[in-house]
Amino acid sequence: MKFEPEEVKISENTPLEYQSQSGRFNILGFWIFLGAEVALFSTLFGTYFVLINRTASAVQPQELIDLGLVLMMTLVLLTCSFTCGLAVHEMRLNQKKRMIGWLAVTITLGAVFLGLEIYEFVHYVSEGATLSASAYWSSFFLLLGTHGLHVAIGIIWFIFIIIQVVMRDLNTISASKVFIGSLYWHFLDVVWIFIFTGVYLLRLVI
Amino acid sequence: MAEKSMSKSHFPWKHIFGYIMSIVLTAVALLIALYSNFAVRTIVILIFSLAFVQAALQLLMFMHMTESSNGKIQAGSMLFAAFIAIVVALGSYWVLEFGIHLNHHE
Amino acid sequence: MSWDEFIVTGDPFILAAQISIVITTIVIVFGLTYFKKWGYLWNEWITTVDHRKIGIMYIIAAILMLFRGGVDALMMRTQLATPNMQFLDAQNYNEIFTTHGTIMIIFMAMPFLIGLMNVAVPLQIGARDLAFPFLNSLSFWTFFMGAMLFNLSFVIGGSPDAGWSAYMPLASNDLSPGPGQNFYLLGLQLSGIGTLATGINFIVTILRMRTKGMTLMRMPMFTWTALITSVIIIFAFPILTVALAMQTFDRLWDTAFFTLQDGGMPMLWANLFWLWGHPEVYIVILPAFGIFSEIISTFARKRLFGYTAMVISIVAISGLSFVVWVHHFFTMGAGAMVNSVFSITTMAIAVPTGVKIFNWLATLHKGKIRFSVPMIWTLGFIPNFTIGGVTGVMLAMAAADYQYHNTYFLVSHFHYVLIAGTVFSCFAGLIYWYPKMFGHKLNERIGRWVFWIFMIGFNITFFPQYFLGLDGMPRRVYTYIPEEGWFSLNFISTIGAFMMGIGFALLIYNIYYSFRYEQRETTGDSWNGRTLEWSTSSAIPPHYNFAKLPKVSGQDAFWEMKQLGEDTNEIKQYEKIHMPNNSANPFVMSVFLFIASFELVFPMVDYCDFRVDWNTCMYDSKVVY
Repeated sequence: MKFEPEEVKISENTPLEYQSQSGRFNILGFWIFLGAEVALFSTLFGTYFVLINRTASAVQPQELIDLGLVLMMTLVLLTCSFTCGLAVHEMRLNQKKRMIGWLAVTITLGAVFLGLEIYEFVHYVSEGATLSASAYWSSFFLLLGTHGLHVAIGIIWFIFIIIQVVMRDLNTISASKVFIGSLYWHFLDVVWIFIFTGVYLLRLVI
Repeated sequence: MAEKSMSKSHFPWKHIFGYIMSIVLTAVALLIALYSNFAVRTIVILIFSLAFVQAALQLLMFMHMTESSNGKIQAGSMLFAAFIAIVVALGSYWVLEFGIHLNHHE
Repeated sequence: MSWDEFIVTGDPFILAAQISIVITTIVIVFGLTYFKKWGYLWNEWITTVDHRKIGIMYIIAAILMLFRGGVDALMMRTQLATPNMQFLDAQNYNEIFTTHGTIMIIFMAMPFLIGLMNVAVPLQIGARDLAFPFLNSLSFWTFFMGAMLFNLSFVIGGSPDAGWSAYMPLASNDLSPGPGQNFYLLGLQLSGIGTLATGINFIVTILRMRTKGMTLMRMPMFTWTALITSVIIIFAFPILTVALAMQTFDRLWDTAFFTLQDGGMPMLWANLFWLWGHPEVYIVILPAFGIFSEIISTFARKRLFGYTAMVISIVAISGLSFVVWVHHFFTMGAGAMVNSVFSITTMAIAVPTGVKIFNWLATLHKGKIRFSVPMIWTLGFIPNFTIGGVTGVMLAMAAADYQYHNTYFLVSHFHYVLIAGTVFSCFAGLIYWYPKMFGHKLNERIGRWVFWIFMIGFNITFFPQYFLGLDGMPRRVYTYIPEEGWFSLNFISTIGAFMMGIGFALLIYNIYYSFRYEQRETTGDSWNGRTLEWSTSSAIPPHYNFAKLPKVSGQDAFWEMKQLGEDTNEIKQYEKIHMPNNSANPFVMSVFLFIASFELVFPMVDYCDFRVDWNTCMYDSKVVY
């Protein structure tokens, strides 16, 4: 069979986050956790698709969606996924300061995204599209709210990681934490791609 | 395996390629949704296919899914996750779709 | 809210339960203080991160839950023994069948098997511990707190009464008022966290911590099933998490997912519940298959027949288990196309299971069989489970299912697979690995009595229920009238249930008896075993499991070493072993999660005084971390 028991050769070129066994275990464990997150979000998507026409007597989504705002949110999130990737790139070149800089940009853009999403939600609620308005809006807010909550957690998490890197420098432990944080962040972008397609674009089509 | 993935040049080509591609793919999906004349079913299939491509780009370009000694396991885990995602989301819709027709499409 | 809405009052059974809980607590506290065991409990068990001890705690908790669920079962059987019985009223009966189902699946079967996995898997692959020992402790404590939260409903606030499947709108605020259903939602959510973490832990452990030479295709079958079970856990439990969250939202914050008005869809709940629920069935049956495979090959003294076919079939099951869920609600009327597709996938899943049955039979063929107690449980499993499997194929036919649906035929079917499969395997595995956990075997003579009483009692209980079902007796009815003609079969069934109760009591007695009188094991190899867990230097493996990690060169690694006359514990050079430290954090974190969940159970009531206290506690806890 393909997977032999672990015999990892570590050289100087191995990225810092893979150099310790606990780093490798944590990264693999986190990938498997991301598998679970996929299942979680696909359940939310399934619910959303099933309830997509069940707006009852509440306000219709096509009356509310502001495509400009959605495109702005998408651009912000795509960009911060990119800057987060750059942070890991710099980490692998051992450029601690640049890495922290890119992480700071990432966090800022994440906060901007969150602000836009909150603005969007407040707008919808003021138009009568509340969590309990109809099955459609319940599933809409649960799907987008879960994603938004993940972004908020990601921001707080990254702040703690940066503090740790500043205080304890880049080592095998903190590097694996930065890497895992970046995996989480990119994953949120993956989820957003499907929200953009399945929630907003689909509305333009059907 | 981990060594190979270390980009040889210091300039992040891989990331920039991924970023540009994701913006292009988003734009293409948007254009298809807004301006194309395909049947609804075709458009839905197209835009979701583009979303899957874009997700794969994130996994490969930004998340380095296939690197390190865990690459195969990570890729396998994501493939199985994609299978589950399709079963859960599409399967639920398929199974319960009849209810939607009963109530909304007279 | 007044006090008597908080604590359940006015029912003699529950009063007795409350009094016994208080007395037991006092006895335990007094006993621990008198024998000065608080430190031992805290240092050796509550804060431990050792996989074997966590496994033992899982098993103890599971046996307690088996007792609770078993008492529920006996009460139900007593109520149904004769027509128009007055033992329980309708409400009590509803609560009891709900808690019976939930506890047996979530808080008995899964933790029992996870406990056995904890004990055996690291030893089988030649590892010193799991990949994330701290997370393992957290898994156990969140499971335990979830179980306690769920059980608390019995005396505080009232039990859930909408069935273990909690269908909407029955489980909604309108039809299930009161906090009972909230206990269900939050208890399951809390223990689900632990289960998910366990899944991650075992996948990383099995894929990354195998000893030298232990390739995937040399792994013991139990480890294989543990791996595949973990995969199913990873992808199935998030579905339950979301479904539970949505029902919680419906109940607490007035959303409209499963409601009858505002466009909600009650069958969406059934759909999501079974999207998790069917994989869950395989989560509790695959490790059972693994245990039986180990036992058959050990006691037939043969290598497992068709190892590769076995592996392929469990991998196939992991995929198929996710595409059969609609067979739980064929009668929803999803139309011919949907029902036909799910009918076919359901029958398809019988194929890999059939392959396994034939592999076990072929392993037995020409083996030098020893009829030790684990082996007779296994031999009892094969025919009994097959009856359950064949009736399952009957139920898989959508058209026929309209006749069987929600009758005792179904009840009997899933008890035949879950008891003959899962419960038999839990007992067999417990007896098989008992020397690994406690350093002595369970008494064989009493063990045989347990098997025969339990197995015959099981058949007396459930075989008549097939015919009750065909006769039209629906499940979940709390009584029936004489004219329906269900008396005699029901009465026989109740007799069988009490036989199973006696069997269980005898098993517990056997644990006590063997602790007092059974001979202690002198070597690590109690059964002339074939896999690495039997190669440890002493019966109870040391904290670090192996002083020197074994090298493996084939399947049934330890058997091969014995044939070649190698001594695995011969140490020429000592190496440094780093083992993780104990930690109180998992326990403390779980206690706070318990308190937070408990707070959500009583959402609309006025108990500000409690709330302020708890919030200060929660705030303090942040300082700790």
